Amino acid sequence: MSVKKTTAPLMEEITGPTPRQILRKRVTGHTGLLFGLAVVLILLFVAIFAPLLAPHDPYAQSLSSRMVSPVFLGGTWEHPLGTDHLGRDYLSRLIYGARVSLLIGAVAAAISGVIGTAMGVAAGYFGGKVDAVVTFLINVRLAMPVVLVALAVVAILGGSLQVVIGVLGLLLWDRFAVVMRASTLQVRRREYVAAAQAIGASTSRVILSEIMPNIVNNLIVIVTLEMAHAILLEAALSFLGLGVQPPTPSWGLMISEGKNMMLFEPWLVLIPGVVLFMLVLAINLMGDGLRDVTAPENRS
Amino acid sequence: MSAPVLELKNVAKTYRVKQGMFGKPKPLNAVNDVSLSLGRGEVLGLVGESGCGKSTLAKILLGLEEPTSGQVLVDGEAIGGQDRLALARRIQPIFQDPYSSLNPRKTIADIVSLPLRVHGVGDAKSRAKSVRETLELVGLPARVLNTYPSQMSGGQRQRVAIARALIMHPEIVICDEPTSALDVSVQSQILNLLNELRAEFGLTYLFISHDLAVVEHLATRVAVMYLGRIVEEADVGDLFDAPRHPYTRALLNSVLTPDPSLGVPDTQLGSAYPNPISPPSGCHFHPRCPFAETLCKTKAPRPVPRAGGHVECHLHDPDSTMYRPDFTV
Repeated sequence: MSVKKTTAPLMEEITGPTPRQILRKRVTGHTGLLFGLAVVLILLFVAIFAPLLAPHDPYAQSLSSRMVSPVFLGGTWEHPLGTDHLGRDYLSRLIYGARVSLLIGAVAAAISGVIGTAMGVAAGYFGGKVDAVVTFLINVRLAMPVVLVALAVVAILGGSLQVVIGVLGLLLWDRFAVVMRASTLQVRRREYVAAAQAIGASTSRVILSEIMPNIVNNLIVIVTLEMAHAILLEAALSFLGLGVQPPTPSWGLMISEGKNMMLFEPWLVLIPGVVLFMLVLAINLMGDGLRDVTAPENRS
Repeated sequence: MSAPVLELKNVAKTYRVKQGMFGKPKPLNAVNDVSLSLGRGEVLGLVGESGCGKSTLAKILLGLEEPTSGQVLVDGEAIGGQDRLALARRIQPIFQDPYSSLNPRKTIADIVSLPLRVHGVGDAKSRAKSVRETLELVGLPARVLNTYPSQMSGGQRQRVAIARALIMHPEIVICDEPTSALDVSVQSQILNLLNELRAEFGLTYLFISHDLAVVEHLATRVAVMYLGRIVEEADVGDLFDAPRHPYTRALLNSVLTPDPSLGVPDTQLGSAYPNPISPPSGCHFHPRCPFAETLCKTKAPRPVPRAGGHVECHLHDPDSTMYRPDFTV
């Protein structure tokens, strides 16, 4: 190919800031994302290193030191967040409880994310009969009340961590499917999809490298929403006595066990409640922030 | 004219359109018995109103849609038999809207190198070199390599789209209204670029447009499409000097003049574009044609040869009772 010189040689050397440099700058400028990321990473760290960080055994009961107040309500540093009605160290249980919440949130969101995204993208891309089947399945799923189904399954199979994760993972894919289907429909009509097809790209390449990158920021938002949703549902199921079974430490279970003493010792409910609230808030902030940072329209 | 590089033989595309939940699907003839041929280095302008089937024809040529009947031949080979990659090496598109034809998630380097990667051409280093050369060819500096489409202007984006279409050195480029989304000042730059590239690489263009000024500037031959049919085809000079079909005349009359005191031109087309699901009987154009007679309502005109092409109109058919040899509209 003969090449016409249309630019000065100097211009060729300037390639500008790389995409990675631009991304780093945008991440560090987003307060919400940084806050969410920090809280989630801290809780992740706490969950992974729970045995090293917990001051006591979360299962060890001590009937002589029941309902000790936390340190800020006149307790001692022996039990910084006090003890529960069986004399178990509240901080240790909170730390071990982070494992349950994060595990359920992450795994349930991952399972339902894979199911829902596959269904939604297939429906949006192929349309026709595939779309009709997926839409029908979404409608069937939406007609089922999650908590009721989860309660029924847990009542039959017994409450354990695996059962709760499985049930939530198989039930929470509806929003993924709905949003991914709509986003795929929208992106599929763009001319760059037709251009990639005209180049001869395979269907899998068109979906994975042309369509997916353009809908992944919607996916991020749904992942974080569903992660928070799963964590809250686990807490609700545990509160109802059908989630994680005692004595396994879980934040929902701690709230449930504390509710009898709520009027006299409100911190029993408040402490796990506040931590749960912080985790869900942080996950949502992180999702919002990731979407903001990766959206092409915010690039400038 | 040399042996045709691209040939369409009686190509038709019928969609089945469902009306309402329980309605019976009805056929919609988006492209109806179209025969065209393009010689090497030729630029065929395809003009017509919105919805006349221009873009469907482009999709068929690109292999994105299967024709319901008929054949598309590239260098005498039917494209149905070729695999998609082989077809893609010969025909490439330039789309209308450069804001939608470039993936906003990819850098310019990614977009332009995609054909090379799909076809497994060269290694990373030679691909990068090829991308730089092609960008230079379309007048873009190397510093755009790491930028995203959203950071570019419409004209620059269209240059990227041209670079992507040309990097595999295709023989035929389907330009689907490549300038209609651009500012007037940028339009001429892109048109001149397309013209230079054609001369340099001996490209063949199918140039789809509704802008007659653009077609007159670039095309060597023009085909006028109405409701899925080619109603008139001729060399560009013949068609613009002596339009035969009343529809061609109406299109030429519809061009706006820069003088506002002349007002909006009257096309004399009257009623709106007909519903393609139930096209008018006989000649599809008769409800809007100022010269229509009863014959037009009952009998579809056959293609009649004219200077440099053909025309489908009873007024030019020597076997017709309406024949008027002196009729030039």
